Amino acid sequence: MEYLFRNVRELVELAEKENKLISEIMIEQEILVTDRTREEIMKQMDRNLTVMEEAVEKGLKGVQSVSGLTGGDAVLLQEYMAKGNSLSGDLLLDAVSKAVATNEVNAAMGTICATPTAGSAGVVPGTLFAVKNKLNPTREQMIRFLFTSGAFGFVVANNASISGAAGGCQAEVGSAAAMAAAAIVEMAGGTPQQSSEAFAITMKNMLGLVCDPVAGLVEVPCVKRNAMGAANSVVAADMALAGVKSRIPCDEVIGAMFEIGQSMPSALRETAKGGLAATPTGKWLEAKIFGGAVVGSGR
Amino acid sequence: MKFKSVFDIIGPVMIGPSSSHTAGAARIGRVARDLFGRQPKWAKIHLYGSFAETYKGHSTDVAIIGGLLDYDTFDERIKTSFEEAEKLGMAFEFIPEVGNVDHPNTARIVVGDDRSEMSMMGISIGGGKIEITELNGFPLRLSGNHPAILVVHEDRSGCIANVSNCLYKYDINIGHMEVSRKEKGHMALMVIEVDQNVDKEVMDELRELPNITQVTRIAD
Repeated sequence: MEYLFRNVRELVELAEKENKLISEIMIEQEILVTDRTREEIMKQMDRNLTVMEEAVEKGLKGVQSVSGLTGGDAVLLQEYMAKGNSLSGDLLLDAVSKAVATNEVNAAMGTICATPTAGSAGVVPGTLFAVKNKLNPTREQMIRFLFTSGAFGFVVANNASISGAAGGCQAEVGSAAAMAAAAIVEMAGGTPQQSSEAFAITMKNMLGLVCDPVAGLVEVPCVKRNAMGAANSVVAADMALAGVKSRIPCDEVIGAMFEIGQSMPSALRETAKGGLAATPTGKWLEAKIFGGAVVGSGR
Repeated sequence: MKFKSVFDIIGPVMIGPSSSHTAGAARIGRVARDLFGRQPKWAKIHLYGSFAETYKGHSTDVAIIGGLLDYDTFDERIKTSFEEAEKLGMAFEFIPEVGNVDHPNTARIVVGDDRSEMSMMGISIGGGKIEITELNGFPLRLSGNHPAILVVHEDRSGCIANVSNCLYKYDINIGHMEVSRKEKGHMALMVIEVDQNVDKEVMDELRELPNITQVTRIAD
């Protein structure tokens, strides 16, 4: 099977050479690899976008997880923003609240679209629906935001990992944040190279992030990591649009993420045995939720 | 390339909370159901690595049972799959294992009814994507780069020729093929990687061939 790109360098070179958007290269590759029409592919992504919109809306109304560990923070953030005194600015907090909203819905076993995973599903839609208010994109441009995110995620998944169990949270929220940063740059009119810089800058600041879910639930600290992932990507997109470059090329940053994941102890890769999961409070919460021993059939 | 489509990255649409531990788990369960070919009467599910450590928190158990009931990743019924299984009379048991496995998210699913039983090993490699690594003790070495067909059959002469003739008829090119058996004259398995997607029509025709027990598509 033929692929148009296997790494970020090839992706950016192709986009520059053919004077196309990264989202366009991703769409063309999808047509080539899956043998489906452009219309079918655009329609499927449109449906995914709708799922994301509905999850954000639901989360902003307020949800609660079964364990009671998460829920309601998206509402708190929106109420705080409405008072008009936010320090970090409305766009940033809007992105944060919408990322939180999505992940609160996920934790409550609601319907979401994995981007690239469920535990990191808040970052891409969170930033998209916040940036939307500033840039007023068309529906097609919003769908393209997802293809651009997907193009970078495709490279990470095939050259490193997007699994917390394999590579820690850097592989999940790290990847999601970097993907979102690249897509924000394209939507804001930046170049493919600037998308790649934004990706690298974001990922560099997510390196080493471990996966240590309390009680093994995709709640603590996952929801707040999505919040900070969203903030990270908006800031990195602005840096790249300002002309700031990453000294380490994008593909090498992805390589470093993979290497770090490989050397991460298993206790810090989604086993709920180390990090925040192993703190006294983490342990106490686990016992409270599951009541001790984890054996036998079912729950 | 293990991840071929942009929808492996932006997707799947799914019930939370984890793409690897919930959506991937549901998909592993569903492939087991598909390979078995009918609703099993019972299921024993061995969980390894991160699956064993965190399956309750991620609803991995609920999702695998949902998959065994043929639910897709976004099917709301996943949430109540234990009750649904009970209604359908499918008994099930989860066994967290301590042993080391190659991949942290591994499940071995053994299913059966009064007619037969089947064992399958699956791994969830991230973002809801899965691989099947073993079927009835046969290791499966799939590159994951191409669509693949699994054919469980009796170890009789002509089986392989019939299957390849059928694929030839539909102009489907075989990129890689492996044939293995446990004992002479007993159950055997063909693993066939092809260049084109295989339609339902072809699958149905393969199923009708003599001495073929089960035919399944994997890796989209």
